[in-house]
Amino acid sequence: MRLLLLLVFVIALAVPVFNRATPALFGFPFFYWYQIAAIPISSVLVFLVFRAEDRDEP
Amino acid sequence: MTYPAATIVFLVLIAAVIVLGFSAGRWKAGDMSHIEEWGLGGRRFGTWISWFLIGGDIYTAYTFIAIPALMFGAGAIGFFAVPYTIVCYPILYLVFPKLWRIAQRHGYITGPEFVRGRYGNRWLALAIGVTGIVATMPYIALQLVGMQTVIGALGLPGHIPLITAFAVLAAFTYTSGLRAPAMISVVKDLLIYVTVIAAIIIIPAELGGFAAIFAKVNPAKLLLATPPAGSLGAYSGYATLALGSAMALFLYPHATTGILSASGPRVIRRNAVLLPAYSIMLSLLALLGFMAVAAGVAGNPVYAAGFKHYGPSFAVPALILASFPAWFAGIAFGAIAIGALVPAAIMAIASANIFIRDIFSQFVGKRAAGRETFIAKVFAIFMIIGAVGFILFIPLTYAVQLQLLGGMWIIQTFPAIALSVFTRFFNGWALLAGWAVGIGTATWLAALNHFAGAIYPFHILGVTLPSYIAFATVLLNAAIAALLSLPLNALASDRARDETSAADYA
Repeated sequence: MRLLLLLVFVIALAVPVFNRATPALFGFPFFYWYQIAAIPISSVLVFLVFRAEDRDEP
Repeated sequence: MTYPAATIVFLVLIAAVIVLGFSAGRWKAGDMSHIEEWGLGGRRFGTWISWFLIGGDIYTAYTFIAIPALMFGAGAIGFFAVPYTIVCYPILYLVFPKLWRIAQRHGYITGPEFVRGRYGNRWLALAIGVTGIVATMPYIALQLVGMQTVIGALGLPGHIPLITAFAVLAAFTYTSGLRAPAMISVVKDLLIYVTVIAAIIIIPAELGGFAAIFAKVNPAKLLLATPPAGSLGAYSGYATLALGSAMALFLYPHATTGILSASGPRVIRRNAVLLPAYSIMLSLLALLGFMAVAAGVAGNPVYAAGFKHYGPSFAVPALILASFPAWFAGIAFGAIAIGALVPAAIMAIASANIFIRDIFSQFVGKRAAGRETFIAKVFAIFMIIGAVGFILFIPLTYAVQLQLLGGMWIIQTFPAIALSVFTRFFNGWALLAGWAVGIGTATWLAALNHFAGAIYPFHILGVTLPSYIAFATVLLNAAIAALLSLPLNALASDRARDETSAADYA
């Protein structure tokens, strides 16, 4: 499961992949909406790891 | 008073927060003469308070001013703040729940204390602790700059408002400890969210939509420059800036303090899932830099004096004044100013915790136990006065340069703190040597950049590899620590001095 955390780094740091203007979304160039979209996606990935490992403690 | 309505709203908000700061000490009150109560809130903040506190701690007034200013001035590179505040959360998830458990079992309230317990080496802990305090000082000073910019934008005169605000900050930090910023951070964040949501709806509507805003940005600044042949160019610069900043983030004493004040490891793990909500807000805030470009505030004679005095940092205040009714500008400026008080208080407290536990009690007065909290409180006030002095008497560029260096220095504690949570492979003296080489090389490379740039172009096997100096030098640091650990472990192992046990790391 922890490999999902590695995926967060790959998604967020793959600069050559997202350094482009198109396709644009709601007027945002790709560079901007891709990175903004990566925030909730990464949060979900961390959540999946959290759920798989969650234990009963404070 | 240039903007009476805005100023009145602003002052009312600040006054409310001051009252809150002083009353915070009675909230879930503990024995305030005990340092774990004053300096760590008694380790009992649940998921939501921790969310507000850590959020208030790492998304500061300086961030709100500096990141949009970078976008405004330099363009796409400023957006590194987004991947930075994405990849910091897997690091938070992996490292800090473990550190919390060890700290709680052994009564540690700082990162360096863990290092001392782990390696039985007070000199290594001293190096780590001093790095933390030194890196924090310019950071507090820059929070003041954030506050000074909005006070200046309101047209309030001179340094008096700033000194007043920080005198009050010192007073409630002294009486209420970490509970004060914890409570205030809730108010601050609500104001910030209201401001950002309003800004992201109203300003693009005024400017003709996001497509129109991006169209007004210089095309050369809209994306990162494509690297020339034989170089990774802006690509590796951008990625290492994000990754290095994320590795450094939670090593800052104020961030560690925010994390250790949580009520348990599970609260920290949950926050690794929930804190990215702030990153979304930060990404939208960063775009205010482009909105300021599109709104043409820099060319507006009304704001010429502000830009002359504060440079690109004035972009966001000018945009807010230009786009909102005066009373709402007061709310937005209040949010930024309170956003300076929260982290400044935590930074002062965190530095004080390090001073008492890792410097004073180890090297000056070994039997400080009874006076521990008092000495820490006094040191916290000293830190705040030092930061005010910094801003009043030293040119602003030095604070900015020192903050840049601070990031490169604090990351050098990564092997000793973050890696030591997973392994006892390293030798304490080897870590100290790696730290020294890391600090020295980072400072030297920053000097080659005239303390103005964080990225240095390394030439390796004929390829140019621009990297954030902090990232490259911490790799060197870890490599040296590992190489020296091999002979030192064989000849003079310090493993027997580890006061933590394997069960602490399970």
